[in-house]
Amino acid sequence: MLPRTAQIRLVSCHPEVYEPCDDSFALVDALLADREHLIKHQPMLCMELGCGSGYVISSLAIMLGELGSGVHYFATDINPDAAETTQATLKAHGLHAEIVVTDVASGLHKNLAGMIDVIVVNPPYVPTPEEEVGCKGITASWAGGENGRSVIDKILPIVDELLSQKGWLYMVTLTANNPSQICLLMKEKGYASRIIVQRSTEEESLHVIKFWRVVVSNDSPRSDSWFSQFPLKLFSRSSGST
Amino acid sequence: MRLLTHNMLASNVKGVTNGFPLRLEAEKWAEKEVELNADFLRHMFSKIEWKALAGAARAVGYGELPDEADASMLDSEDFLRRFHHALLEIHVEEGALVCPESGRRFPINKGIPNMLLHEDEI
Repeated sequence: MLPRTAQIRLVSCHPEVYEPCDDSFALVDALLADREHLIKHQPMLCMELGCGSGYVISSLAIMLGELGSGVHYFATDINPDAAETTQATLKAHGLHAEIVVTDVASGLHKNLAGMIDVIVVNPPYVPTPEEEVGCKGITASWAGGENGRSVIDKILPIVDELLSQKGWLYMVTLTANNPSQICLLMKEKGYASRIIVQRSTEEESLHVIKFWRVVVSNDSPRSDSWFSQFPLKLFSRSSGST
Repeated sequence: MRLLTHNMLASNVKGVTNGFPLRLEAEKWAEKEVELNADFLRHMFSKIEWKALAGAARAVGYGELPDEADASMLDSEDFLRRFHHALLEIHVEEGALVCPESGRRFPINKGIPNMLLHEDEI
């Protein structure tokens, strides 16, 4: 059987670029779990914000391979070394994405507004002192400021701008990021949400959450059932992966 | 960098109000064949700033795009092929994108444009 994700031996590395780790694998596993929906969704433009090693965007392109030449990929990173590493990883797999070195999507988001059908983000979510956010090199890949939310909170409005009417977002979060509050914030912007993957390691408990726009109609109030996905005990549990 | 991306990029320098299109200064580029997908082209046509695409194509020596285009032209296979070639098959490897208002240069190295700003430009 053909590989359904990027192969680790073909993923480039660089001392200043985040290597695929538990969070990257959780995100790719979430995309794989949702692969059939993604294929049916028939995205034309997909984008990764903060592409790092290129493992995630390469995996996405491989799993959507059957959509052929009808789907194109953008990837951004604030770290120029990461952009080059992503390019090498894509090339090693015979894939292509348009890569831009920029802060989230600065310089791109106005013209791409409302055009992206799938966005994937493994944000810098680790709680750190605020001054480490957006530092040069590999620090930018994990330093998330207070509660690990500084970059996430900056990304969400940009994602909202970029996503098409049928747009989906897949994002990694840590329990410390208060994912239920992130879902509430996105709900205010008109998005429903669902946990696709939950995974606990010794150090952290990760969730990969999918967000999608809900078409609001006046006579059918939106279900609030999404919140039931976040019972508090779920976040204090440290069981194995789902 | 494909010309598709050139069409999506704008100068993000603080205070710039007219940062599009960026002037393309290409030093090195390559052509790579990509399978033509008419649905993708039709979908993208309405999002593309045609004059910017035609101008960028000329900057890399491809003068086969009409100066103006409208959706009725999408019925022509010949037009689709030219549109496809300009949008997806030309890769700018080295060069720069220049802000039309401030003159700020954004370098393109190894096919990757760098839109990072200095602190006093944010």
